[in-house]
Amino acid sequence: MTIDVATESPALTSSTWIDVCRLEDLAPERGVVALMGGHQIAIFRTFANDVYAVHQRDPFSGAFVMSRGIVGTRGDAPTVASPMFKQVFDLRTGECLDAVGKEPLSLRTWPTRVQDGVVHVALAGADAEESP
Amino acid sequence: MLEAQDTQHLVVVGGGMVARRLIDALRSRDEAGRWSITLLCEEPRAPYDRVALTSYFTGRHPEDLALGGQELWDDPLVTLKRGVKAEVIDRDAKTVTTSGGAVLDYDALVLATGSYAAVPPVPGKDLRGAFVYRTIDDVADLRAYVEKRREDLDRPVRGAVVGGGLLGLEAAGALQALEVESTVVEFAPRLMPLQVDDGGGEGLKRLIEGLGVTVRTSTATSKIVGDRGTVSRMEFAEGPALDVDVVVFAVGVRPRDELARECGLEVGERGGVIVDDACATADPAIWAIGEVANIGGRCLGLVAPGYTMAEIVADRLLGGQGTFPGADLSTKLKLLGVDVASFGDAFAEEPGGLEVVISDPVAGVYKKLVMSDDARTLRGGILVGDASAYAALRPMVGRELGGDPAAYLLPEGAAAAPAGDLPDDAAVCSCNNVTAGEIRCSVTEGGCTDLAGVKACTLAGTSCGSCLPLVKKLVTTELEKSGVEVSNALCEHFDLSRAQLFDVIRVQGLTTFSEIISTHGRGRGCDICKPVIGSILASLGTGHILEGERATLQDTNDHVMANLQKDGSYSVVPRIPGGEITPEGLIAIGEVAKEFGLYTKITGGQRIDLFGARIDQLPTIWKRLVDQGFESGHAYGKSLRTVKSCVGSTWCRYGVQDSVGLAIALELRYRGLRSPHKIKLGVSGCARECAEARGKDVGVIATDNGWNVYVGGNGGFTPKHAQLLAEDLDTETLVGTIDRFLMYYVRTADRLQRTAAWVDDHEGGLEAIRAVVIEDSLGIAADLDAAMETHVDAYEDEWAAALADPEKLRRFGSFVNAPDQVDDSLAYVAERGQPRPATPDERTSGVLIAGTTLEVRR
Repeated sequence: MTIDVATESPALTSSTWIDVCRLEDLAPERGVVALMGGHQIAIFRTFANDVYAVHQRDPFSGAFVMSRGIVGTRGDAPTVASPMFKQVFDLRTGECLDAVGKEPLSLRTWPTRVQDGVVHVALAGADAEESP
Repeated sequence: MLEAQDTQHLVVVGGGMVARRLIDALRSRDEAGRWSITLLCEEPRAPYDRVALTSYFTGRHPEDLALGGQELWDDPLVTLKRGVKAEVIDRDAKTVTTSGGAVLDYDALVLATGSYAAVPPVPGKDLRGAFVYRTIDDVADLRAYVEKRREDLDRPVRGAVVGGGLLGLEAAGALQALEVESTVVEFAPRLMPLQVDDGGGEGLKRLIEGLGVTVRTSTATSKIVGDRGTVSRMEFAEGPALDVDVVVFAVGVRPRDELARECGLEVGERGGVIVDDACATADPAIWAIGEVANIGGRCLGLVAPGYTMAEIVADRLLGGQGTFPGADLSTKLKLLGVDVASFGDAFAEEPGGLEVVISDPVAGVYKKLVMSDDARTLRGGILVGDASAYAALRPMVGRELGGDPAAYLLPEGAAAAPAGDLPDDAAVCSCNNVTAGEIRCSVTEGGCTDLAGVKACTLAGTSCGSCLPLVKKLVTTELEKSGVEVSNALCEHFDLSRAQLFDVIRVQGLTTFSEIISTHGRGRGCDICKPVIGSILASLGTGHILEGERATLQDTNDHVMANLQKDGSYSVVPRIPGGEITPEGLIAIGEVAKEFGLYTKITGGQRIDLFGARIDQLPTIWKRLVDQGFESGHAYGKSLRTVKSCVGSTWCRYGVQDSVGLAIALELRYRGLRSPHKIKLGVSGCARECAEARGKDVGVIATDNGWNVYVGGNGGFTPKHAQLLAEDLDTETLVGTIDRFLMYYVRTADRLQRTAAWVDDHEGGLEAIRAVVIEDSLGIAADLDAAMETHVDAYEDEWAAALADPEKLRRFGSFVNAPDQVDDSLAYVAERGQPRPATPDERTSGVLIAGTTLEVRR
């Protein structure tokens, strides 16, 4: 598969791109979790083969479960729903699109890119240093 | 008691339904708190739903008969005195003396003492085993007596009901429910002589005899013969005697007007406190309402006019000028499962009426409409066997029907109910006196958007419920008119409902989500539609739930075949069919729990739940369980969970059938069946019902002759007892019946709709479902049977299949870039010798703390 997708922001000068896994390790429309710089990061591949990285911690329940949510769409937005209480987040921004009656809380996101079939996540300098 | 200076005191004597309504009405209107109220209730309980008394036999408990909200009794202006009778009224002193000796002052007094059940002066009427049918206590005594007699006699109990009117048929229904062989004895030449004509009575008799109740009309009881003080035989003026063990008198009611007589108030010739059309007696401080009131020269034994009287008195006490508009004696009842309705000028007493009659003895239906002489205006009617047209017809009395009257009498579906164009002033709910206009208004101005909202707002349909289909139609029509789309759409990706989607996928033979959403939806789905389609595909037997793209449709529980817990760990439940397990099985589960440090708990479904497994431990845990002969318990799925059973005839002294054997067979048959929501079954080996089967979606209870099957039971948020679907089935017929019921539910229910709600929402309710399942009214039975056979044949253990497929096991890794690292977000502390998730405080204070392998068992 030769897909070259990058969603990084050009302003990310002090961050480091870190390899996570091969794109083919990611099943379309499901997530996996990676351990990076002391963070648990959920990585999703959508049907359109875009790759997104968000915090594994569900802000509503505090449990580390986001990679196990159902991937889909709301309008044009690629989404993941928390498997715990079903709040829906925009994978691109982490914005909460449906708080299921709660005060909305958003999800931290990280930039991603795919190069030569390898998925990279950009960690900010501070994050990268925490790496064991 | 907090009382304003000018608060007056109202004493209500008699704690029936009408008294409750009076107090409700007064408290809701008397905003200034002008009246404080004392209610004297002779029975030891607050007013209850006497109309539903017979349902006490079909499993309801006394508390289920409670009326309305209990907060009324917490109102500081309302004092409820239970088990207290009014003994004497002193009109000069304006006091009531109670059975407890208290003397209460009153400014106003309302007599709502109701009636007592009349007992004819037949010799033997006081023998043990002779009952009346009026209060919860009467009914409870009757039940206790019948059960005791059955044990003593060791044969079916035989019973008779004296009186073939409304109450008599209710009582016969109660005897039937107690499995008493019963005979109804009626003095008049037909059943329900006050409500139906000869044709209707004949139809009714045929239907009721079809249910196994013997009917003897034109028969006068002359004597009840006792054997050692206990009822044993009945003799009649003509015809052979009848051996009976129990007799219920249901010959009518007499107003309880003795208090009024004693204090010198005028009573009618046949009893009843005489009141004017304001419900006032000759004493300006005393009123009478309900069955004890003699209004317009007669006493009225129905609850609807009683409620009207209660409203009038409430209005008058607050200075209003309400008057009694005359009683609507319309009734619709289901007696012994037979619909009977009578409304308006049912006997065509008004001159010049035309009668349109449809009598179909084969279908067991008798229907009559009484029309004006030009055949345009509806005056009244009688419906026996099928009263589905009642809700639509009753409000049309006195109005032009528009169209051929006969069209209204054809079977349901042949003619459209005229709900849309009902005039605003037509009374739709006669129990609570709600008009079509008020229902419409609750939608257009009250902001109600569904049936439940309208019920709460207007009270329509909250008493007997017979008008609900009509209320629903009115609400839907009004919502559509006001532009609110009554949408069945599943979510933003599909315009179809789950049931429609099921049909489309089944008929077109679609097998992948991408295919389904590209042809029938839009976007890429969401957490609502994806699991629904995953479930539909699984119900249709398209293979393993984690095969290929189907894995993306599953909620995390189905995706890892375990139950997600609050901290992100999972629990594991191996199947223990019928709750039967060998010592070796128990030991094997115990060893797995011990090795993986899992918290164990016995579930409500008679199996064992193992908590605290990390996602990456699930395959190892299941490898061990599968090797020991266990399989997935589907505790994680919207699918069959368990079939709970009591120990049954194998061990139990009382059991009459092998409930465990049947439960195991049923659990093995339906295991893995994916459905709109979870499904639970129960099997009890005798009527004592230790398996609590009637709290299940399908409950089976053993009888001497086979099995009774109940459906639509539910624990959870709104508990509901299952209702009887069929009786005395042999095992093969039972299984076939459950097959069809479940498959029909799987195909047609909404997303996350349990069977209880599905039965309620199904057009025509349980009757219609019974017709589909048992009589094959839709011609789909063979199809349902075949679908269930396919399911049974195709069953495989999901966990064994997943363990055999490396591709499926990939999803259980911990970290994609560090597969050997363990998730350190999970932390446990010991409690009562087992691990439990650490609380946030415990995590921050660092008291604990261990991963999932915490050593706690010593």
